[in-house]
Amino acid sequence: MWAMISKEFRELRRDRRTVAMMIVLPVVLLVVFGYAANFKVSDIPAVVVGPGASQAASLLPEPTFRVIEVDPAAGEPAARARLRDGKAVVAVVTGSGAPLILMDGSQLFSVQTAEAALGKMAQKGAGVSPRVEILYNKDLSTSWVMVPGLAGLILVFIGTLITSLGVVRERQAGTLEQLAVMPFRAWDVIVGKIAPYLIVAAVDLVVIVVIGMAVFHVPFAGNAGTFALGAALFLLVTLGMGVLVSTVSQNQGQAIQLAFMLVLPQVLLSGLIFPVSSMAVGVRWISYLLPLTYFIEISRGVMLKAMPVSDLWEPIGLLAVLAVAVLGLAVFRFRRDLAPGRPKDRAAGRAQQPVAS
Amino acid sequence: MKWGLRGVDAARGRDLVLAGVTMPVDPSRVTVVVGGDGAGKSTCLKVLVGLLAARSGTVRRPPKERIGYVPATAGLYADLTVQENLDFSATAYGLSGRDYSRQAGRLLEQTGLGRARRRLGGQLSGGMQRKLAVGMALLHAPDLLVLDEPTTGVDPVSRAELWRLISAAAAAGTAVAVSTTYVNEAARAAVVVLLEAGKVAASGSPAQILNDVPGVIGVMDGAERPTALAWRRGVTWRVWDPAGALPQGARPVAPDFEDAVVAATLASEHREQGR
Repeated sequence: MWAMISKEFRELRRDRRTVAMMIVLPVVLLVVFGYAANFKVSDIPAVVVGPGASQAASLLPEPTFRVIEVDPAAGEPAARARLRDGKAVVAVVTGSGAPLILMDGSQLFSVQTAEAALGKMAQKGAGVSPRVEILYNKDLSTSWVMVPGLAGLILVFIGTLITSLGVVRERQAGTLEQLAVMPFRAWDVIVGKIAPYLIVAAVDLVVIVVIGMAVFHVPFAGNAGTFALGAALFLLVTLGMGVLVSTVSQNQGQAIQLAFMLVLPQVLLSGLIFPVSSMAVGVRWISYLLPLTYFIEISRGVMLKAMPVSDLWEPIGLLAVLAVAVLGLAVFRFRRDLAPGRPKDRAAGRAQQPVAS
Repeated sequence: MKWGLRGVDAARGRDLVLAGVTMPVDPSRVTVVVGGDGAGKSTCLKVLVGLLAARSGTVRRPPKERIGYVPATAGLYADLTVQENLDFSATAYGLSGRDYSRQAGRLLEQTGLGRARRRLGGQLSGGMQRKLAVGMALLHAPDLLVLDEPTTGVDPVSRAELWRLISAAAAAGTAVAVSTTYVNEAARAAVVVLLEAGKVAASGSPAQILNDVPGVIGVMDGAERPTALAWRRGVTWRVWDPAGALPQGARPVAPDFEDAVVAATLASEHREQGR
């Protein structure tokens, strides 16, 4: 038995990635869960408008609410606009009669926490009971919020995991080497390799959205073109991640490990489950590096809130930047695999490639 | 020298893996690169097809469209059928229509894979996989065919069939470079390049290599290995001495090609140690 134990430890020591996964991952998970996975939401961004704005703002308890704007001159339309562009989750409109509280139903946990906090205030007898109106997701349906996010998560799986497996399979079988000798340009191989996954993922996305609409009655309030633009950029990022994973993996096992390490943080930190705004600053910056964070903003924004492209330029632009960066790096590395000898050959000026007679 | 390497140095990272290697590969001829594991055979062929850059020396190769290459690993798609594998190769090399169906038909017949058309590459036996890979590399009738250990781990019948394919390609005018660990296969070549630790230990036609055997080879009986420069052949020992001073009890013998190759390898090692 001792022979087995010592052999296993030796093997494990050589497999640095598995060791990293066994030691680093639990620590990362603990930290992430500790700071990010917070069912008790705080820092809910709120705006208060209308003549009684200042007074109402002072009533909102901290740290549950974070009042980002107090504007006595503004009215209900401005409040609604703030919710729609995603700057605030809660808007209090004061004026004659009971105040109106608007909430962004696409932020499920935040709204539930806000409702609870306001309920407590009412019990304490804070005077007039406000009217509450929940926008975009009246019934606070979980599936309405989850389906647009899950669509993104599934694309991460296909894009990153399946693509990396496809490319690594080619490397493992030795056919990548053969492709490098065949009369393909590096670009032909890269596009040829990625395009099928892009198409499958796009079809998948349509299927998910249609099922979400048909089975869970998730609305599609906004513009399909905006959604398609965001999805296309997001897909390019995830495919780029897949190719990148494949260029640093020697076999499918390694690729799966690495892809898993890229997928897991996106599940926890992208805002799919826990709102990004209430994460500790120490982990929140990670969220802003993850493409799923932006895709969820876009998909929920378009499907539930009918946000126009003009309100979504920020996540769309950031996805575009990520796409260029990740895909660019991936293509650069993949090209090196495909033509390892070529640039040096030419630089040395010694190798001759005469045209066949 | 139409194609091939001349005085090529190549490195992997900081290690020099080829030093001054010259390997001519000419049309209608088969050049066999022979040597032990790690001698630099695959590296030699990778430099020839352009997968690895030469650090110095001259590499002559036709353009990619005119090369057929099969790496040491299978070199085919396990999840595609035999026919689909051939189709992929044909499309990649721009073959179409009648040319393709005639070539494919002939190759399927030559390789005996005609009945296996619909079988998946991964379900074929090792020998059949190698035949298919060589067939795929031959489909576009390349000027230069480069095969990295096509017969390693293949049964004798399939090996003979693979060599028939290789010879037929050379007869049709293709320049062929093949690496192998089997010395007897090298005897079929027009040119043999014997590699040892990244250097050419001997090269030329099999007759030349046989003729140029350095030192003297003897035959000896006995259970114990008589000297460090001895190897088993059947029930007897072969002994080799660079200066011709055979140990006592050894009878001089006219070497065959296998003896010549082993003696040349030993001579190369001997020279290295002498430095």
